[in-house]
Amino acid sequence: MMHADTLARDKVEAAGQGPLLDVQGLSVAFGPEGRAVYAVNDVSFQLAEGESLAIVGESGSGKSVTMQTLMGLIRKPPGRVTSGRALFRGRDLLAMPDSELRQIRGRDIAMIFQDPMSSLNPVLTIGLQLTEALREHQGLSEREAERQALDMLDLVGIANAAQRMQAFPHQFSGGQLQRIGIAMALVCKPSILIADEPTTALDVTIQAQIVELVARLQKELGMAIIWISHDLSLVAGFVERVAVMYAGSIVETAPVERLFAAPTHPYTIGLLNSIPSLTAANTRLVPIKGAPPNVTLAPTFCAFASRCDHAVARCREAKPVLEPVVSGHAAACWRWRELQGFPRAPGSVMATAQASGAAPNEPLLTVSGLKVHFPIRRGVLRRQVGAVRAVDGVSFEVLRGETLALVGESGCGKSTTGRAVLGLERPSEGEILFEGRDYAEATAERLKERRRDMQMVFQNPFGSLNPRMTVGRIIGEGLRAQKIGTRASREARVSDLLALVGLREAMRDRYPFELSGGQRQRVGIARALAGSPKFIIADEPISALDVSIQAQIVNLLDDLKARLGLTYLFIGHDLSMIRYLSDRVAVMYLGRIVETGTTASVFGTPLHPYTRALLSAIPVPDPKAGGTRRRIVLGGGVPDPSKPPSGCHFHPRCPRASKICAQVAPEPRDFGSSASGQHLVTCHHAGEV
Amino acid sequence: MLSYLLRKLLLGVPVLFGVTIIVFAIAHAMPGDAVLAMITAEAPSSEELIAMRRGELGLDQPLYIQYLNWIGQILHGNLGRSFVNGRSVAAIIGERLPMTLELMGVALLAAFVIGTTLGVISALRQYRLTDYSLTLGGFVGVSIPDFFMGLLLVYVFALELRWLPSSGISTAGESFSLADNLRHLVLPAAALALFRAAIFMRYARAGMLEVLNQSYMRTARAKGLKPSTIVLRHGLRNALIPLVTVFGLALPTLFGGSVVIETIFQWPGIGLMFIDAVVNRDSPVIMGYVLITAIIVMLANLATDLAYSVLDPRVSYD
Repeated sequence: MMHADTLARDKVEAAGQGPLLDVQGLSVAFGPEGRAVYAVNDVSFQLAEGESLAIVGESGSGKSVTMQTLMGLIRKPPGRVTSGRALFRGRDLLAMPDSELRQIRGRDIAMIFQDPMSSLNPVLTIGLQLTEALREHQGLSEREAERQALDMLDLVGIANAAQRMQAFPHQFSGGQLQRIGIAMALVCKPSILIADEPTTALDVTIQAQIVELVARLQKELGMAIIWISHDLSLVAGFVERVAVMYAGSIVETAPVERLFAAPTHPYTIGLLNSIPSLTAANTRLVPIKGAPPNVTLAPTFCAFASRCDHAVARCREAKPVLEPVVSGHAAACWRWRELQGFPRAPGSVMATAQASGAAPNEPLLTVSGLKVHFPIRRGVLRRQVGAVRAVDGVSFEVLRGETLALVGESGCGKSTTGRAVLGLERPSEGEILFEGRDYAEATAERLKERRRDMQMVFQNPFGSLNPRMTVGRIIGEGLRAQKIGTRASREARVSDLLALVGLREAMRDRYPFELSGGQRQRVGIARALAGSPKFIIADEPISALDVSIQAQIVNLLDDLKARLGLTYLFIGHDLSMIRYLSDRVAVMYLGRIVETGTTASVFGTPLHPYTRALLSAIPVPDPKAGGTRRRIVLGGGVPDPSKPPSGCHFHPRCPRASKICAQVAPEPRDFGSSASGQHLVTCHHAGEV
Repeated sequence: MLSYLLRKLLLGVPVLFGVTIIVFAIAHAMPGDAVLAMITAEAPSSEELIAMRRGELGLDQPLYIQYLNWIGQILHGNLGRSFVNGRSVAAIIGERLPMTLELMGVALLAAFVIGTTLGVISALRQYRLTDYSLTLGGFVGVSIPDFFMGLLLVYVFALELRWLPSSGISTAGESFSLADNLRHLVLPAAALALFRAAIFMRYARAGMLEVLNQSYMRTARAKGLKPSTIVLRHGLRNALIPLVTVFGLALPTLFGGSVVIETIFQWPGIGLMFIDAVVNRDSPVIMGYVLITAIIVMLANLATDLAYSVLDPRVSYD
């Protein structure tokens, strides 16, 4: 094991006491003049030795392009640096030839990337990928490089590092891979680590592990960090300073406490408002109106003006520059002084009348003992040697008019459950009663009938719409397939649906690639609604969207439910969003439901240790909460569903596990009261203090 | 892995059985037969003589009996005897197959090395002059059929420039030497290789372009590695994976191509043998040829599957 002090890079030559990194007026455009995309516009910031800075923005805000430009990683052409300097210890990164920049890249400035699965080379061993930078930059021998790589693997918490050096990336889980990616970036002990959304592709409990790891390593190695994220609440807990980017420009920058306590730019305020909270009393999200900015227009005006409630003529005519609000806090808004007096959240925070019409007590869907096992076949004769137990005995009810949320991390079987309910997956065992009829063994013909009443909204609005069909055809396709109505009545229905989901009639003849993510998901919802179903299964419908758009879609789903009397099965992993739109919640872990109850009781008094860990892993948009809140960080990852642990599936990761947990699978017990409704918990230790 | 191989080989048995039926049907659906082919070639003969010859060759029996006899022989490892000269088909193929494998092997290897190299260069120079010239060259390459390429090469290098011999495997009258043999090999191998090199180039270019956009390539650059390390170590191996499929698919068409090329260059391999056999309606030889090529193609497909698991650690067969 290495010690932190030997690892910490000797901080000699702090050239002239200036900042470590000083970016001045950086602008980057893609494509030829006239048809350019203005990705980064006049960005300036400084980073001191050992400082941690977060750059926060939605997709297309230019945060990643800014960092990749500094590293010389954007392709030129089509990319062009149109102005600016980036001084690293006094040397301009943008002016030096690539051969010189290469010496800095990986050695002084290192980077970790978003998706650990795709950012490691699948055909090379991780040992080779870990050592190659050491050998390149420090000319170490193979053995010495390997020794240092092993130390680094230890430091990031990879067990049995020596044996795993010969393994390939696909043999690790996502969380482990991101640890390896971090080790790879840190082997040369850089003075700046750029983390480009390193936890976005990971589950929330794994995200908590990675954030903790990076924060610890920063202290031990004394490096500066630039953490790029779309998630303000995530960075609230561990950075010192935040810069908010919008449409390629920094619109506000401040120390983290100051930014959350006194946000000044309307965009920052809007972002903070659209973040779902685990504790606030309101049941309605406040989205930022409109769509993401159009970055193909030259940056000569305030890009946020079209979405801003306070925009005036001046905002559309000239671009505001960053002005200091107080020392260390700057905002780029023409009207920030006048807006200081406005209330932070506009008045629409009224709780919408919860669809209290028909008392929801009659079950629309009853699933009992559902199992979906995928056989594993091996050998010459393809004999079945085992099964992936994706869903392993799941029972729940969805009452007419309610929203049941099925939550859990990836691989817990929540999506498979949804697909089985819709009939896209054949159950191995169990009953699926819809309006009292069992569909578990139904024929294809009867399943088709059921699909009139039951529709699905898919996760990825980019992949789930046929790119060669117009919006009108996509929405009307289900009607044609089910032979509902005449051609004219179907046309009229498509128009109604467009209006219903908040799309203009002109969208009918567009193709999916012409729409933004939020618009596409609206099309996906309209398509699901075409046949007037009673029941909608929404499989992570917002997880691919930007924060400010997520709130719009959640509100739309909520409105549609009230207007059309729909019932939802909402599948998701984002507990804070789920709190806003569900009546009841079922938490899944490794093929089983561990806790079911009303949203208020599951979020208010979670009883299963897994639910508690999940809730505590959610980042809170409050920099001060980091210290006071007790966070339960679960060790390890979700086990292999073909070899689930004995007894309670959760026991190997459970902080409260005892002997019985490894032997006997617990039965659900009801901890609810007449006031709080049924609250089923599948844990031997639930209810103990 | 072993059980995967075994399963594939077992699955090959019914496939080969199907091949025998099709081959037999085609060989016997050809107009005329071996006896008539001989007669037209020599002098007209009496009806009795024809009937007698047919009796000797077993051609007077019902088709299904002929088929069962042939299958019976094959199961004993015997491919039968040529109707024309009475030699064992296995022996004829045995002496000619190495010639064809030499031609095909050299052509395929050259095509692969040249095609992949040019494809990678083309991808690295995307949208520059080098890329456009190579892409244009590749387009010309895939547009010229084997036989025309063969004739073109003969005309330019054998007839006009007189650099290389135009036919055979060695110079008549001289004792056999490898150098002489290789001189004879250049033109037919080039005729076969150019078309395939163009195809490999297209796929290598596309494969490399795709790999260049992968995020692990960005990671490699972010580490500050040398450009050559990035391309060769991180890029090439990933770009080769889709090429394996193209390589496997090239093999069957190479057999077809070699029939034509061996005829043009009088290269005494099994392709030339096949053409002679078709002219003479020598059905045992025709059927033997098709059966052998079917087996080779099947084995090559198996080798392709294995190559995948070597190149890509994510692929494992069980």
